[in-house]
Amino acid sequence: MALDDRKSEFTFVGTRPNRPDGLDKVTGRAKFGADMSAPGMLHGAILRSPHAHARIVKIDTSKAEAHKEVKAVVTRADFADVPFKPGLEGEFWNVLENVMAGEKALYDGHAVAAVAATSALAARDALKLIEVEYEVLPHVTDVDKAMAPDAPVIREGAADYSVPEGMHPNVVRYHESGHGDVEAGFAEADLVIEDSFVTEATHQGYIEPHACLGMLGNDGKGELWCTTQGHWIAQKTCAALLGIETSQLRVTASEIGGGFGGKTTVFIEPVALALSRKANRPVKLVMTRSEVFRATGPTSSASMDIKIGMKKDGTISAAQGVFRLQGGAFPGAPGDMTAMCAFAPYNLTNVKQVGYDVMANRPKQAAYRAPGAPMGAFAVESVIDELCKKLGLDPVDVRLKNAAHEGTKASYGPRYERIGLVETLEAAKAHPHYSAPLKPGQGRGISCGFWFNHGGETSVSLALSEDGSAQLMVGTPDIGGSRASMALMAAEVLGIPYENIRVTIADTATLGYNDVSHGSRVTYASGLATIKAAKHAVEKLCERAAASWGIPTDAVKWENGCAVPSGPNAGDFDPRPLADITAHMGSTGGPISGHFEATPEGAGVSFGTHIVDAEVDPETGKTSITRYTVIQDAGKAIHPTYVEGQYQGGAAQGIGWALNEEYIYGEDGRLQNSIFLDYRIPVASDLPMIDTVIVEVPNPGHPFGVRGVGETGIVPPLAAIANAVSHAAGVRMRQLPMSPPRILAALKENG
Amino acid sequence: MSKFHVSTTVNGDTVEYLCDPRETLLDCLRDKLNLTGAKEGCGTGDCGACSVSVDGRLVCSCLMLGVEAEGKQIETVEGIADGDVLHPLQKKFIEHAALQCGICTPGILVAAKSLLEKNPNPTEEEARYWLAGNLCRCTGYDKIIRAVMETAEELREAS
Repeated sequence: MALDDRKSEFTFVGTRPNRPDGLDKVTGRAKFGADMSAPGMLHGAILRSPHAHARIVKIDTSKAEAHKEVKAVVTRADFADVPFKPGLEGEFWNVLENVMAGEKALYDGHAVAAVAATSALAARDALKLIEVEYEVLPHVTDVDKAMAPDAPVIREGAADYSVPEGMHPNVVRYHESGHGDVEAGFAEADLVIEDSFVTEATHQGYIEPHACLGMLGNDGKGELWCTTQGHWIAQKTCAALLGIETSQLRVTASEIGGGFGGKTTVFIEPVALALSRKANRPVKLVMTRSEVFRATGPTSSASMDIKIGMKKDGTISAAQGVFRLQGGAFPGAPGDMTAMCAFAPYNLTNVKQVGYDVMANRPKQAAYRAPGAPMGAFAVESVIDELCKKLGLDPVDVRLKNAAHEGTKASYGPRYERIGLVETLEAAKAHPHYSAPLKPGQGRGISCGFWFNHGGETSVSLALSEDGSAQLMVGTPDIGGSRASMALMAAEVLGIPYENIRVTIADTATLGYNDVSHGSRVTYASGLATIKAAKHAVEKLCERAAASWGIPTDAVKWENGCAVPSGPNAGDFDPRPLADITAHMGSTGGPISGHFEATPEGAGVSFGTHIVDAEVDPETGKTSITRYTVIQDAGKAIHPTYVEGQYQGGAAQGIGWALNEEYIYGEDGRLQNSIFLDYRIPVASDLPMIDTVIVEVPNPGHPFGVRGVGETGIVPPLAAIANAVSHAAGVRMRQLPMSPPRILAALKENG
Repeated sequence: MSKFHVSTTVNGDTVEYLCDPRETLLDCLRDKLNLTGAKEGCGTGDCGACSVSVDGRLVCSCLMLGVEAEGKQIETVEGIADGDVLHPLQKKFIEHAALQCGICTPGILVAAKSLLEKNPNPTEEEARYWLAGNLCRCTGYDKIIRAVMETAEELREAS
């Protein structure tokens, strides 16, 4: 879209009205995944492998089937034996294999069978009646060990063409990119630092466990209600796994209790449908928290080597990184994303990055907010911090000196359009936080972060009512207030009050395809689609007004919610408000609606800079975050309060990842901390207020300048906190989380 | 297993249900009384999404058995508003965008109401510690704490 088409003066956009679904959500009325029931409904439960890696020799379900309260039992055979057993390929096959184990259980918690019974208790009891004979196999859960020559092979032939010869079969994808000559660049440097870093896997940690209610008849027609970030992908995947036609399955997204990337695929949904098909009754499946930890999410764990050369004036002369990401027992770890994002904030002459996607006996990784980027930023920004320290340079100045800007060739290839990194760094430098004095025992860290953002397939439909109100149907589940931003954007175009617009998350039967609520794409892509759909309706409103005045349509323009003659030559007519035109629409040509179906391509990359103060207790190793400031480019904040919310949430999740959260596996390959007591996410008393600065450098790819804001906020915290902790503790922290035992060990090692 | 008959009071209404002795109060509220406002986020008393008040005490309803509710006075998120008039906390949560996804909101509102009943003038630290049993993954708690503190101030001024 051309820059001159972009709006810069707004009436509704940028205000902070109450969200349309606020009342439902403060009264308990909003229906989330587990809140739905149906007549004749059964309850499902899933039997899961207690082994990290085991061949399934035999499953005997006869005793469970004989139980009088049990109405159906399913195993993998109930998925493979579908009418057009299509030889599922690629990711569909991987999802099926993850949803229900085939020949092998690949991780602790892998589903092996499921039952549907007349009550949740009966279903749980019946699981004990299923007998599974396992042949336990050697397992591996660590990324570096999974790449070693003697590592157990998880699946032969899983690697794609990108993997160089001679690598272990557990290495399934390889990425290499960059430009310039890094060796020449290192030779020019006054100081080169080479270091290695490790991050543990974390879980998205949404408070709502996966839940669904499925009904599938033997006529191949089905209904599915589920908590998801994207019901069209749920529809497409479930249909493929069950061998039915996509359009015959109607999927309705419930309110969603958090996702952060973890609800962009299916886990229990195909199982509920398979049980329902067998029992011929609706089946509800709800995961326990322990199932959520053992079998969904998490993010990848990572092992990384970084080498950066810097001149005395702070110029980075060369940068190189190797990023090894473990993504569970399936291809998909975002080693490529980590590699591409790691150096993206900087304008580099010589840069090279390599990423590995490695399989291990852990749950299939799922996207987690800017998937792959936080780990890389942790490693790279830690080394930059160390270079600044050794060369006696200010960390913000050094980043400003090297910052990417419009026209910079990105480390991953393309040239940037208008971007706002420099503006976030300047805002950081000017922020009182950056110059505030520190107390003894405290350290300050800063870090930049980058995320691509995403457009994705999008459909939106907007219908005007006779009384002049509007109903807007979008297909991206509202995960954090997006109904409000959609209504604001529609109000801006239509010129009617925000309150007169009802935003509905449409089901798969009532709107065209929509990509998932991910990639920070909702306000960008569904927003763009809403604006275009509203403009489409406005065109029709103008046509009706033109016809009523007897003048050409192009002699009418839309202004402040009214059709008006476009100039003195068009004629002298009183403005016709929207409601005046819609009141007569039935007799002037019929209903007036607008719609949009396309794949917006101009998402616009996003940058942020975080400042954090940390205090380390040398006795216990416990870290407290004493002050935190998020500065991020939003392009244009449609509803600034919810933009702030995204910044604060990203920072809080980053604090958890940096200080506490990790998947802990025992020698037996079983997850040891599968409840919130042991997998500790930040609680209110762990955190300070989180200050935010919204920088607005408009995205040329959106009519109002929007950039997605959801993900970038989790990219800088790991590094910013690690830098703060390293300064406070006087020792460089190279492994996350920086839990008290690790900090104590580092302090001890440092004497 | 035979079921137990339970009579109790929820949000001022007398209710009855039959429950298995293994079923939690949360199961009974949600599945038998169709009060789905309280959520199960963990089932182990760690997340607070199922918070309710029982005889004036804040409890995780996932840690209490349904049979234990006999003769008690239970208040859930569905009972916080006075008819169609929202409680000041509810209004403030909407105004402050103190929720993103909203799954933790019912539990946090019940817990925050309980805090303000016991301590009308909490410090920020007291509010943070009182709500430490209620996990929110979306907000970083900033806007939640601000909403609670501001409601407390307004209620003090009004009284």
